[in-house]
Amino acid sequence: MDLKETLLSSYLAFDAQDGPQRKLQDQRAAAIEVFEQQGFPTNKQEDWKYTSLRNLTKNLFSVFPKEEVNLTIEDIKPYILQDVDTYKIVFVDGVYNAYLSETTHEGVDICLLSAALTKRKYAPVIKKYFNQIAEKEESLTALNTAFTKEGAYIYVPEGKVVEKPVQIIHFATDKNPNLLLQPRNLIVLEKNAEVQIVERHQSLTNGAAFTNVVTEIFTEQNAQLDYYKIQNDHTEASLIDSTYISQQKHSHAKVHTFSFGGKLTRNNLNFYHKAPEINSTMKGITLIEGKQFVDHHTLVHHAHPNSKSHQDYKGIFAENATGVFNGKIIVEKEAQKTNAFQQNNNILMDDKASINTKPQLEIFADDVKCSHGCTIGQLDEDALFYLQTRGIPKKEARGLLTYAFANNVLQSVQIDSVKKRINKLIANKLGVNIGFDV
Amino acid sequence: MAYTEEELKKELETKEYEYGFYTDIESDTFPVGLNEDVIRAISARKNEPQWMLKWRLEAYEKFLQMEEPDWANVNYPKPNLQEIAYYSAPKTKAKYDSLDEVDPELLQTFEKLGISLEEQKRLAGVAVDIVMDSVSVATTFKDTLAEKGIIFCSISEAIQEHPELVQKYIGTVIPRTDNYYAALNSAVFSDGSFCYIPKGVHCPMELSTYFRINQAGTGQFERTLVIADEGSYVSYLEGCTAPARDENQLHAAVVELIALDDAEIKYSTVQNWFPGDKDGNGGVFNFVTKRGICHERSKISWTQVETGSAVTWKYPSCILKGNDSIGEFYSIALTNNYQQADTGTKMIHLGKRTKSTIISKGISAGHSQNSYRGLVKVGANAKNSRNFSQCDSLLMGNKCGAHTFPYIEAKSKTAKIEHEATTSKIGEDQIFYCNQRGIDTEKAIALIVNGFSKEVLNKLPMEFAVEAQKLLEISLEGSVG
Repeated sequence: MDLKETLLSSYLAFDAQDGPQRKLQDQRAAAIEVFEQQGFPTNKQEDWKYTSLRNLTKNLFSVFPKEEVNLTIEDIKPYILQDVDTYKIVFVDGVYNAYLSETTHEGVDICLLSAALTKRKYAPVIKKYFNQIAEKEESLTALNTAFTKEGAYIYVPEGKVVEKPVQIIHFATDKNPNLLLQPRNLIVLEKNAEVQIVERHQSLTNGAAFTNVVTEIFTEQNAQLDYYKIQNDHTEASLIDSTYISQQKHSHAKVHTFSFGGKLTRNNLNFYHKAPEINSTMKGITLIEGKQFVDHHTLVHHAHPNSKSHQDYKGIFAENATGVFNGKIIVEKEAQKTNAFQQNNNILMDDKASINTKPQLEIFADDVKCSHGCTIGQLDEDALFYLQTRGIPKKEARGLLTYAFANNVLQSVQIDSVKKRINKLIANKLGVNIGFDV
Repeated sequence: MAYTEEELKKELETKEYEYGFYTDIESDTFPVGLNEDVIRAISARKNEPQWMLKWRLEAYEKFLQMEEPDWANVNYPKPNLQEIAYYSAPKTKAKYDSLDEVDPELLQTFEKLGISLEEQKRLAGVAVDIVMDSVSVATTFKDTLAEKGIIFCSISEAIQEHPELVQKYIGTVIPRTDNYYAALNSAVFSDGSFCYIPKGVHCPMELSTYFRINQAGTGQFERTLVIADEGSYVSYLEGCTAPARDENQLHAAVVELIALDDAEIKYSTVQNWFPGDKDGNGGVFNFVTKRGICHERSKISWTQVETGSAVTWKYPSCILKGNDSIGEFYSIALTNNYQQADTGTKMIHLGKRTKSTIISKGISAGHSQNSYRGLVKVGANAKNSRNFSQCDSLLMGNKCGAHTFPYIEAKSKTAKIEHEATTSKIGEDQIFYCNQRGIDTEKAIALIVNGFSKEVLNKLPMEFAVEAQKLLEISLEGSVG
């Protein structure tokens, strides 16, 4: 049996189980059909031209955790933000861990999708938003929908500003090896609402872990979203992250993706504009080595006038690492006065490293300002030499320059504690000591 | 603005295809259909050697196993290949010693196209190998070229007289299995141009070919092979115009360039096939495969001005195989009404210190769709390779579309690749400024578009630059959105 068949038969068992998933029976049934028809994407599909899932899907993964695992605060300490007070939604092997979490229902709902699915008072929100923006015909998103049971649920009512950042953390442990985790997050920001979110997937085992996460985000009028994805898993873990953001008038959604770890990481980040005067920002730093593989696919769909989008992705690839960037901007003919900017800069540190990039524009409106730039190059030899003449060893000089290369993405990080952590991760990766604060 | 945009738009829409006329010359046309017998017949008619027929039949066999590709960003009814006549030759004497012997009606055709042979002969000093419905009818300046050892003739002639050269190089850059239309071309090509520049020779004049599709319902399948031997230089011009036809006509050419060590080939195209009328009826399907291979220290430069055809599907490419070789691509693609263009280039860097430059200007107006699709690939051994790409798009009105699909694949840490793209419309300020200086809107747009395209126009040989500029003006005046 291959993985697809295993999953299809697991679906039958999952469907028969009693649980929150019952509420979604129809949507799940439609979704598993899409997955059954399409299976896992292959290189023949344009969107997966450079990314092969063949090695990953050769392994047999199970969707059912065998046993419940308890972790202590000590176990997870290195992976959470501590120097700042936060809400936390922690999952261990796909199961919510109340002991490690800190949720709330005061003014805002920061809790679990399973709870939101079963409690009647959330029914209108679920009906209005769940599975509304996620791509129904994409096989991996459909696979996630079919197995939807658990994930983070954040609902910020009108005019409310969530005062503390929210951390969503998923752990995989060695108690349940070869587990396929499929968390499903739903985040709704009503008018004038604001929230900051930090999402992280971490495996605590050395075995293969596979996460296929789908996040749906809705920002209503004038809502402000600030989202950080920290991808620093160890080198046997694979992650496919599909994020769909639906934006209303005057809303601003910002997503930062920091990809430092993992064996195979694929990010599908999609912004859909549902009204005029919207702002979308996406930035990312990719810093990988060994045989790591990171793929960023972004889509900004400008369908209404006077909107802005800004993309800035930096990639640094060492040893045998491979990077993929595919940035797609669609400007519909109604979307006059759109200002879309996209930049993708890459550095290849070693000869075996490679990068495939495709900045793609599809424009149907004439009064727009759209530009994209893409570079692949090396560190400036003169700058390197200059630093060496000042007594800075070559290795450190390289580290400093690489750090500087990635730095302007870091500048726009709003949470200090995240900024410090990323800063430290980059410094560690580059093997230098950045002796100053950012 | 006194002269309203509406008026201008109307004028543009009703502007008929200037070169839309049909020459009444008795033609020798094969019945429609595609099968092995047709290929044998073409080969027999051209008195080809056995190896050529075998080569064609093998291509046909491969072709039968292939499917028409649909990845390009264009929509069109698939041409029915069984409804096309694969051979059509003007039924006049095959060879001419002087221009006086040529059918006067044919000469008139060329005059209408603005290439009076006599004038060109006398003034421009351009040698013209005219392909009219597949068969070469006149070649000028052949003697002058022969003195230098340059071979410039039709490919059928080359197959007869220089079989060793043709056999050695044909299909080496674009294998018969390369793609659907290249395979079809390999099987049924009726004629085309052949050019060989011997070692160390600098070709003293611009070589030029004029393609026309004349007979109704005939596809045109030319094959061009240009070989520049070590240290030689050649500048090759190719221009196309076709008479107006209601049904779509298929044009599936193959162009292969071979630049041996230290050689340089400059290949310029002005393409003005019939684009269809303002409602998108008719027009030529232009599915062309063009590719060149660069050996050590050689250079291939493609320049194209694409204003015609209902559907264009064309990617002149360079394989930079030799160390220190250079590839260039300069393109202007202009689409209006319901035209669709999916064009660009591939730069495959294999040798060390190879360089490539891509400048692409897309202009879309009316309901047209204009795509740039390009690949820059740097292999692991292509140390210190360099690429610069720039694609700019200009949109007029919100009914058209501009698309960019640049693929960039880098496998060497010493590679330096830059890509930038912009999309914008003609600035109202710019037009206002021109108006203020007494230049009407129509002229102002022509001026601005010319400025926008200048980087590419500059790369064309003189004779062509004038024609190209005129073409841009014809197709664009007044279509400001």
